[in-house]
Amino acid sequence: MARRVAIVGTGQTYHKSHRLDVNGRELINEAVTRALADCELSIADIDAIIIGNMDHFESINYVDTWSVEGSGGYMKPIMKVTTGGTTGASVAIAAYYHVASGLFDKVLAIGWEKNSESDTTAAIVTCSDPIWDRFSYSGAIPSLATEASAYMEQYGATQEDAARVAVRERSHALNNPYAQMYNRPITIQDVMESAMLAYPIKLLDVCPRTDGACAVVFAAERVAEKIAVNPAWVKSCSVRHTTTWFGDVDYDTGMLSLQRASKEAFANAGIKNPVEEIDVAELYLPYSYAGLKWIEAIGFCGPGQGPKFIWDGNTDMGGKLPINPSGGVMCTNCIGATALLRVAEAAIQVMGKGDARQVPDVKTAMATGFGGCWWSDVVILSKEKP
Amino acid sequence: MTTEKKEIELLTVSSSDLGMPYEWSIGKYGSRFFQEIKGHKRFLGIRCPKCKRVLVPPRRICGRCFQELDELVELSDTGTIMAFSVVNYPFIDPATGTQRPIPYTYGYINIDGSDNIFSHIINETDENKIKVGMKVRAVFKKREEMEGNIRDIKYFEIIR
Repeated sequence: MARRVAIVGTGQTYHKSHRLDVNGRELINEAVTRALADCELSIADIDAIIIGNMDHFESINYVDTWSVEGSGGYMKPIMKVTTGGTTGASVAIAAYYHVASGLFDKVLAIGWEKNSESDTTAAIVTCSDPIWDRFSYSGAIPSLATEASAYMEQYGATQEDAARVAVRERSHALNNPYAQMYNRPITIQDVMESAMLAYPIKLLDVCPRTDGACAVVFAAERVAEKIAVNPAWVKSCSVRHTTTWFGDVDYDTGMLSLQRASKEAFANAGIKNPVEEIDVAELYLPYSYAGLKWIEAIGFCGPGQGPKFIWDGNTDMGGKLPINPSGGVMCTNCIGATALLRVAEAAIQVMGKGDARQVPDVKTAMATGFGGCWWSDVVILSKEKP
Repeated sequence: MTTEKKEIELLTVSSSDLGMPYEWSIGKYGSRFFQEIKGHKRFLGIRCPKCKRVLVPPRRICGRCFQELDELVELSDTGTIMAFSVVNYPFIDPATGTQRPIPYTYGYINIDGSDNIFSHIINETDENKIKVGMKVRAVFKKREEMEGNIRDIKYFEIIR
């Protein structure tokens, strides 16, 4: 039987497009130091480390060993976990598994990326099949754009609907000094007038490239309550992967991996009506159209109802179910850290440490991760023990 | 068209013309796919006996069913646009180390007679002239220029 596990501390960098003042290890160290300070532990208290980032991005192999000076992993068990966009959620879930297994009491999860060190699209293109897909594949943006074009065709959603999501993210980032897009609000007109990158995605519809890191400390029940006054308990985690081929994904059925992972995570957390029972969600929305379509896959609203749900203000701060009080992925995207930031931000909300971005009275929070060929991770955190 | 037992030439694809040190094995059904294009300018799919879907390109295993496949299916050179995107931004192509020529249109095409999506390029970059649901036809290289790789299909053109 799995042990109960809680998040007791989080740390992150002040995210920027270029952090030329630090190398990757030093960037990681900033997040680790802040996470340890947050839960008043020292590196000696940590039993094991899970670390991850994107393959090929910095052209560094064996990140587990390469990063030791930054992670504090000298003479500790370290494992590298890398699953593309979901890497950050995967390191969190792997850290959870370590503690839940009973083999480790305090485990540090780290996600990081220095996007400034390579051409992000070139690096992402290497995730596609070299024989069949790499020739035409052009990275994340057109891949998402194909989904958006099909969604618009299916439900009549518009570019303005998507722009409303982009505006929400930037407006929420006004409250988050860690966000790369902190204090850079935009309007729907700004989004509509921004450069068309790949129809229907424009510059302001899509996430930036970021240098940043995040670290999260997971602890077993018997120590968690001594470490933190208000730990964020892990209620459930679910992971669903799809297919080898982009072309085998069934785009008409929506985001199947997110549907399945959400359904399982809700069931295991005892959640019957997600909109009523979840107080805040930190969702991996790499582009604005995901803010319409993917919330349907999660079950926050019915198929094709995403635009109305957004325009009605349900997902704004003060709404029924605020999404991404941090500003989300469209305001900060240090890719290997991105999904861990979702988990960390959800934990921050449960622990009541959100300062200006805190949603009042959070009991239950949801975090998601998204990866390349449409795979998904879901994590449910709560004030209440599972 | 069940797989015949005859010997076929097994192809590989090189990472680039620049001498990057990779040589990827296409496998027997993938090799047949490119030989079918060279010989007959048509596509080849493979049917899963379990879920009955015809998949393009042909591969040995159905990912959903974890089932070995062996029933090759001849397909035409036409299909339907399921999704597309006009790529307008510059990026480095990791296969060449140089900028991929833009703009170009990345297309998800359902080849007639198949049940999944084949990704390739569509030769229409004006987003007002292309729509999901349009019919397209593959345009191939001249036979003598074909090399047994994905570039033997030059692009898909919209049937107007």
